Amino acid sequence: MKKSVLASLAIGAGLLAGASSPSPVMAQAMEQFMPIPIYRTGPYAAGGTGYFGGFMDYMAMVNARDNGVNGVKMIWEECETAYDNARGVECYERLKGKGPTGAAMFHPLSTGITYSTFEKGTADKVPVVSMGYGRGDAMVGSVFPYTFPLVTTYWSQNTAKIKFIGMKEGGMDKLKGKKLVNVYHDSAYGKETIDILNKQAAMYGFEIKHFPVAHPGLDQKAIWLQIKQFAPDWVILRGWGVMNPTAIKEAARIGFPREKMLGVWWSGSEEDMRPAGTAAKGFYAAGFHPAGKNFPVLKDIEKFVQSKGKGNIEAERMGTIYYNRGVVTGIISLEAIRTAQEKFGKKPLTGEQVQWGLEHLNLTAARIKALGGEGLVQPIKTSCNDHEGGGAVKFQQWDGEKWTVVSDWIDADKSLVRPLAEESAAKYAKEKGITPRDCSKEM
Amino acid sequence: MSDLNFFFEVLIGGLLSGVMYSLVALGFVLIYKASGVFNFAQGSMVLFAALTFVGIMEQGIPFWPALVVALVVMMVLAVGIERVVLRPLVNQPQISLFMATIGLSYLLEGLGQGLWGTQVRALDLGIEDMPNETIQTMLGIQVSTFDIFSAISAALLVGLLALFFNKTRVGLALRAVADDHQAALAVGIPLQHVWAIVWAAAGLVALVAGLLWGSRLGVQFSLSLVALKALPVLILGGFTSIAGAIVGGLIIGASEKLAEVYIGTFTGGAVAAVENWFPYMLALVFLLVRPQGLFGDKIIERV
Repeated sequence: MKKSVLASLAIGAGLLAGASSPSPVMAQAMEQFMPIPIYRTGPYAAGGTGYFGGFMDYMAMVNARDNGVNGVKMIWEECETAYDNARGVECYERLKGKGPTGAAMFHPLSTGITYSTFEKGTADKVPVVSMGYGRGDAMVGSVFPYTFPLVTTYWSQNTAKIKFIGMKEGGMDKLKGKKLVNVYHDSAYGKETIDILNKQAAMYGFEIKHFPVAHPGLDQKAIWLQIKQFAPDWVILRGWGVMNPTAIKEAARIGFPREKMLGVWWSGSEEDMRPAGTAAKGFYAAGFHPAGKNFPVLKDIEKFVQSKGKGNIEAERMGTIYYNRGVVTGIISLEAIRTAQEKFGKKPLTGEQVQWGLEHLNLTAARIKALGGEGLVQPIKTSCNDHEGGGAVKFQQWDGEKWTVVSDWIDADKSLVRPLAEESAAKYAKEKGITPRDCSKEM
Repeated sequence: MSDLNFFFEVLIGGLLSGVMYSLVALGFVLIYKASGVFNFAQGSMVLFAALTFVGIMEQGIPFWPALVVALVVMMVLAVGIERVVLRPLVNQPQISLFMATIGLSYLLEGLGQGLWGTQVRALDLGIEDMPNETIQTMLGIQVSTFDIFSAISAALLVGLLALFFNKTRVGLALRAVADDHQAALAVGIPLQHVWAIVWAAAGLVALVAGLLWGSRLGVQFSLSLVALKALPVLILGGFTSIAGAIVGGLIIGASEKLAEVYIGTFTGGAVAAVENWFPYMLALVFLLVRPQGLFGDKIIERV
């Protein structure tokens, strides 16, 4: 009896000692965690599934083809937001600490969720990346260190759109006296360009009228009858989800030419055009990448992921606008991680370390070609004070079946956008008592 | 275009939109009449019906057979709902039935998208959604051919339902069940059969609404949200009247469009998206004056 008690004590002590001593098995896993705040349900599910489907497929391809980013495998977990701000915040909180080093970054895929999480991201040192959406002034990195409206903000895109309209009219001076209408989704996203449009209207001498469409935008008859009364020369559509085909059909019903309609890139997917049928033919949309499957990176996804039945989305959606946007997001996000690894080592990184990578991103044309994204991604160079990095926009036109690119990269009017962003960022910094970083000391 | 022509264009456009709202409201009315419960799942039934129809057509089945198959699916669904959801809740408080329809709503949304996918699909009924040239020439106003087709479809459906429920024994049984479940059971009315028939009729209404709305918006999740458009119609027209659903739809449709154009313009755009809140405000005011709605039954309870 006494012997067995002593034996038990010895085993217990041994277990305790084992539990407290370091073990090679418990070494940090070579995995980098990426949150996926997807929306597979709700009225905007087509966007959520397409975008994150492409993003996850890209990460899966890098894992399969290259064994991850420099040997660090990408891992991810989905959280359903249904494009709802409250659920988006919940997803952020649930996912930010996952993986061996926490979330590398957070892609809200919603301007509303971006507004709800970017301050949390700053406090938690988790970069909030809003590629092609979010708040425009967040490009000022000295005030928004952990927010990255990469590639092109709405403000930049808007100036490129006005340039495009100017080109179609035969020159920017021809905009004087023209009438433009801005039909926008009545949300943080939709309202984002009202101020800059007003400023551009004053600058170029065109008249602008704004028409809000309440979510989800099922019936817009009265709005379009007013547009008919106003008789604009161009209509800018800042729609989202079902609002887009409904607006295009209403435009057709009042006889407004679709060749005079120009959509934001969230009004420019196949899912926006097909329900509108023949009414959509001729519609223009902005884009920071084209549609199509004829890119080496997509062929690799096909080879390493989709053909093996490991895709995160139906194979037929590959090459669509939303899917390609997810692939572009994957390329840029993983390049930021790779950049950060050059400084901090080829290991899983914290959000704070990835922030450095995002801020020192230099995606050159040669590097894009090496990644198989030539023609799909535009060159991007970020810095402490420039969290946008790109700023150029291409325009595409719906021919009834597919998108056709109809312009080269059109640069944003940075001389207009940047001062506005700095003014707005300074106002925000004052409101919040933030002392902007001195970027000259952070080279 | 003269101001008067514009006014009539807005008015007629509103009335025709109202018909589309009425189509959805009809489904709610049928269920409410039979079981005294607000069917939270009606919007999801519209989505499920449209998804099923388009999904079947994608299998290569032509329009009319696909329509018949979709209708059969909705009938089977109705019988299933009666067996699994409603039968165990006979004589339970109405709030239990209402909660069951909330669950049913999520089930149908998930089932529909699980079976047929979340992709947005186009649905072409072959009716042009463009201004009708004859009307434009004769009256000088633009009215969509599709809107006229929708209005005729709704009128036919209402006529069919009115005949069915007013001129048949099932209709009489429905009215008895609506009045008092237990009394109806006591006189030998098969409650389960009546419920299954009414849910099947609501399924038919959902299918028609799903096809018309789906043709306009594309078949996608947002179809389930058309129910939001039916709520003020029901409050205004009454939850128990088919005629009320139609008249309520017309009033809501016309008033919201006129409000959007004229109040929106009057406030200089300071008040946004008038069309969205005006019907609810109108319904709220109406509730204060006539809580049972225009055609609803006045409820007198002895306490």
